[in-house]
Order: sequence, then structure tokens, then C-alpha cells
Amino acid sequence: MSASEASLQAGVPASVPASVAQNPKMKGIPVWERDDVTPIVEFRNVHKHFGDFTAVNDVSLKIYPGEFFALLGPSGCGKTTLLRMLAGFETPSSGSVFLDGQDILPVPPNKRPINMMFQSYALFPHLTVAQNIAFGLKRSNMEKGAIEERTHEMLRLVKMEQFSKRKPHQMSGGQRQRVALARSLAKNPKLLLLDEPLGALDAKLRESTQFELVNIQEKLGTSFIIVTHDQEEAMTVATRIGVMNHGVLAQVDTPADIYENPKSKFVADFIGDVNMIEGTINSAKAVTDETSLEFVSNAGVKMAARCYYDCKKGDKAWLAIRPEKIEVSKTKPEGATNIVSGIVDEIAYIGNLSTYYVRLPDGSRIKAQEVNRRRIVNRAISWEDKVWLSWTQSGGIILPN
Amino acid sequence: MKNIWPKRLLIGVPYLWLLLFFLIPFIIVFKISLSDIAISIPPYTPQFDISAGWAGIKEFFSALHFDNYSYLVDDALYYKSYLSSLQIALISTFFALLIGFPLAYGMARAPENWRALLLMLVILPFWTSFLIRVYAWIGILKTEGLLNQFLMWVGVIDSPLTILNTNTAVYIGIVYSYLPFIVLPIYSTLEKMDESLLEAAVDLGCTKTSAFWSVTVPLALPGIIAGCFLVFIPALGEFVIPSLLGGSETLMIGKTLWNEFFNNRDWPVASAVAIVLLLILVIPILIFQRMIERQQEASR
Repeated sequence: MSASEASLQAGVPASVPASVAQNPKMKGIPVWERDDVTPIVEFRNVHKHFGDFTAVNDVSLKIYPGEFFALLGPSGCGKTTLLRMLAGFETPSSGSVFLDGQDILPVPPNKRPINMMFQSYALFPHLTVAQNIAFGLKRSNMEKGAIEERTHEMLRLVKMEQFSKRKPHQMSGGQRQRVALARSLAKNPKLLLLDEPLGALDAKLRESTQFELVNIQEKLGTSFIIVTHDQEEAMTVATRIGVMNHGVLAQVDTPADIYENPKSKFVADFIGDVNMIEGTINSAKAVTDETSLEFVSNAGVKMAARCYYDCKKGDKAWLAIRPEKIEVSKTKPEGATNIVSGIVDEIAYIGNLSTYYVRLPDGSRIKAQEVNRRRIVNRAISWEDKVWLSWTQSGGIILPN
Repeated sequence: MKNIWPKRLLIGVPYLWLLLFFLIPFIIVFKISLSDIAISIPPYTPQFDISAGWAGIKEFFSALHFDNYSYLVDDALYYKSYLSSLQIALISTFFALLIGFPLAYGMARAPENWRALLLMLVILPFWTSFLIRVYAWIGILKTEGLLNQFLMWVGVIDSPLTILNTNTAVYIGIVYSYLPFIVLPIYSTLEKMDESLLEAAVDLGCTKTSAFWSVTVPLALPGIIAGCFLVFIPALGEFVIPSLLGGSETLMIGKTLWNEFFNNRDWPVASAVAIVLLLILVIPILIFQRMIERQQEASR
């Protein structure tokens, strides 16, 4: 507490340890791949049961200083429970939680150097904007002048100076969101938790607010953990994403890896659009990192794709291919690794993109997407046309059954 | 805009109601308070006599006077009654709040499927007559009553306590009778309160106790104020409870008023007492309304 207060007055973010800022050898290496940094948050084999229901199932996770970490998953997947454990509103049934290397489970929520921005914003309706922001500061041993200064600084940070005398009910949803952010950052926490912070905003405002959140986070250097069910939001703001399903951490990776190299059917399916082709593995896997693997679809078409897990010939598996990685053509392309043909079932023109749903001979449908770089006057491909779908070897990925 | 009559008619209904059932009776009582006591039916003079024409009206008005009001100041009984009523109403309101707030708090924090039942239990006493319920307290509080029997059986006391016919019995009666009026408004403000506000307060460094005082109480304040007025206002003019449960030393203006009307048959003085009581009550009612207005402005 005293350390964070000292740095609060000096204006230095408390959450970034000197080692992160100063070690030149490690420059350019992402903080989560370095071995000289203490994680700001560590979950170790955490379980949480509510009666018969398992909300969190054996989660182990390390989050590093300065990260903007997103917990992503469908509702009821346990992501909010994990967040509330950090805030201190839930206690794990088993396992341990560390903050900056210290066990925080015995620390009550009001003594943790962690603040939370609530989904409902939870602004105090009887207090003005400035009083809301100063609320937490008044509970620390700060002097009156310093409280005023810090409140003003926070108002400036979220560009709400002229609203300081307003009550929450006199503001729009976007303005309330800013005040809630300012209030949760006022005490300069080591860690800020954001529970679906943009859920109540409309789409346009949400998008601009996402970038603003990232800017504020980069400016302060505080570690942020955001809980969201919106994959686009997670991809936009996060340094890394933890995808959760049924209380289990399905995958933790950077947004690009989550999208390009999903490790399971669930992750591939949950993030973005994907075609899943069921089939059998047809060649033994070499041990090298990125192996091209032969795969025979249930319809008997031979395909090749990347594969990152250990498998043997004859294993049942799925080939996942993103719609935008599939090329649609009326003539059979030369030299493509993966080719299937089918009949155009449906075309959806959505302005920037055209989506083709192609029915294969075995009855399954494949979705392919093309960017409309030029204005379409006469569409080359029409309904009921026979087309060829092709994609490269690296376009698809083979996932375990 | 074209036809404003339906709207006027609609607004007119409550005004008509007030005119018929408040303003006219008030004027009659006010007139009586300016009259003289007389041994006749009705027991006061002057009577309004329209047949005497203009001179009659003049005579009527010249006969009215404020002597009854100065009598209220001269005789210590009246202002003592007012002060004692104020004291009893204030103390009763305080205890009603002391019991009502935790009750409302518990109800608002109870599991959702329990709340309807708990609410019913608070309202349930209204299903029996107020008079009977107050009367029942005599059976509980009297020397050989249930309470004394129970306390002696448990062994807390050796000889029975004298509660009935004291001010304590009046406090018990008022707090019991008006408890639902303080529980309901407080419950409704607490029930609306977003529980994440308390989590936010704790998250920002409050202990559970300081979160209660800095968040729960300010947010429940409109309900607390409304509830206190709803107890204080009727308690001030209470008649049934002091006359059934109170003793000879219990001085309440409601009782004094009743004695004046029915024992002394001094309608003019009784009317003056009633008018002054009304004026005393108007002040807290106006404050109460002002608060509600401000509250509505705030929540708009």
C-alpha cells in the first residue's frame, strides 16, 4: 500500500517493475516469454464449485506486468468468477492465487491493491462525478489537497473535466463508463479488472472506446485484465487472450495465434468464422514444429494442412479452414494443394465482402469469403454455378477430434 | 389542445374532493373555534342566520373572536399536551426506525423468492382491526398479562412489571402499530439498490461497516425520511393508543382534544385545539413534500 502510494505521488506507474523497463537484453521479447519477470497475477490449479456446478476447473495462468489480458468465453464459462477471485469477492474452492508473487487469498478485498470496473459501472448515484472518483482516495491516508489533485488528474485522463459536478443519472452511458474507469484507476492499482466494460455501449462508441482503453493502458502501464464475450473486443485490446469454456482455460495466446493457430475445435469455432471438415489423418506426423499433414475427408478428398499435435495415421480429426482463406473460381486452379468442387448454394453480398455458401457432393456446405475490391457490375459467379474451392497447405489447420 | 375540458374535469375531481371533505369541514371547525360555548344544540354561538339579511351577517362576524386561542396559551394543560405529544411522537419514531430499518434491510437482502412472503407478513396485521390489535396489547402488558407471566416463568423478574397505563405502553403501542409504515418505504429503497455498489465501495477500500454508512444509508435516506414522517405525523395526533394503553400521566393532544369535545362539551376550545394541531402537523408535512419533490428532481 505504501509503495503504491509513494509511486502514486511520483507519477510513476506502480505496476511495471524496474526490471521490465530497464533490461535491454530482453527488449523486443514479449513479457510473457521472458523468464526474468515475476508474473503480476498467477492462478495455480484454481477450482471453484457452486454446489454441483463447477464454475472454474483447474485453471493455471500467469499474467505479466503491463499486459492487457483478455478473458474470453461464452456466458457462464467462469471468466467472471476468475475476475471476482482477484477482486476478492469469491474465494477459490481449491488452488492459490498470487499477486506479484504474494498469496492474496488471505487479503480482504478492501486491502488488495486491485481495483475493478464493474459491468453496471456501479457509480454511487448520490455522489457527483468528482466525489465518485475521490471515493477510494478518501479511504486511503491521502491529504485533502492531494485527493483533489488526483481527482482532477483522473478527470483529465478520461476527458470529463467539465462534468465533475454532475450526478451519474445526468450523464450518458459513454460518460458513465469514463467516470467508472477514472474511479477504478484513481488509486493507481497494481492491477485493473474490467468486467464487460463496454457491454452497455452501442457498436460505434464501443469501437472508439476500445482504442481509448488501449491508449490509457499504454500511458499508465498498469496491468489490465478484461472479461468479455465479444471476440472482436478481445482481439482489439488484448496483448494475450485466454479463451475459456465450461470453466476450463482452453487456450492462452496472442490474438493472432488464437485466430491462426487454434488448438481445439472450440477455440477455432468460437473465434471468428470457420469451416470444419471431418476426416481421418493419412500420414504419420513428423516431430518438426509445422508439419504438413495429409488428411482424407469423410467424402474421400485428400487434403493437406498444418498440424501441431501428436497424432498417428488413422486418427479421426477435423480440418479447420477460415472462409477468407478459400479461393472461389469457376475454372479448376492449377497447382493448388487443396481443391474441392461444389455447387453455389447461396451468395450473400454485404458490401465489403461477398460470402459464398458452396454445397459439396456429400451434402456438406463450405463458406468462402472474398473481399470486394472492385465494384461488382456483373457477378462472375452466380447461384447453381459449379465452382472450385481451393486453399493452400498453410491455410488450414488440423485439430484433434 | 382543442378540447381541454376532459383534462380540466380530470384535474377537477381531486379539487372537488378536497373542497368537500377538507376545506368545508375545516372552515366549519375554524368557525366553531372562534365561537362561544353555549348550552344549546349545537353547543356554541353565534349561529349563522341568513334570514336576518346584511345586518345578521354583520352581527355574526362581530361575535367571532380569538379568545379560545389565548385560552390555549393561558392554560398549561394545552401546551403541555402538545409538547408531550411531540416528545412521544419523536421517541416512538426513533424506536420505529431502530426496529424498522434492520427489518427492512433483512427483507431486502433475503432470497428473492422469500421477499413476497416477508412483505405479506409485514402487511398482515392490517387484516384485523387496529382497535382490536391495540386492545390485545392490554392483555399482553397488564400486570398479570402474558409478558409478565413469561418473564416470571423464565426467571428474569420476581415481581410483575407495571407497563400498562404508562408511557412505555404507549411507545410500544405506537411502534407496533406504525412499524409497517416505516418498514415499507425503507424496504422499497433498499430493494432497488444495486448490490454491486457495495462491492464497488469495498473494492475502493471501504470496510463492510463504512460501506454501509457511506453507501447504503445515504441511498436509503429517502425511504428513511418518508418512513419517519409516516410514523411521526399520525403518532402526534394519536388518540386510541394513549387512551387504551396510556395512564393518567400520559398527556397527548389527541386525548385532550377528545376530553374537550365529549367530556367538557366545549366545542369552541376543542376546535381551537384541533386547528393548532393541524398547523403543527402542516410544518412536517410541508417539509416532507419538499423532500419528495427534491428527490423526484434528482431521479429524473
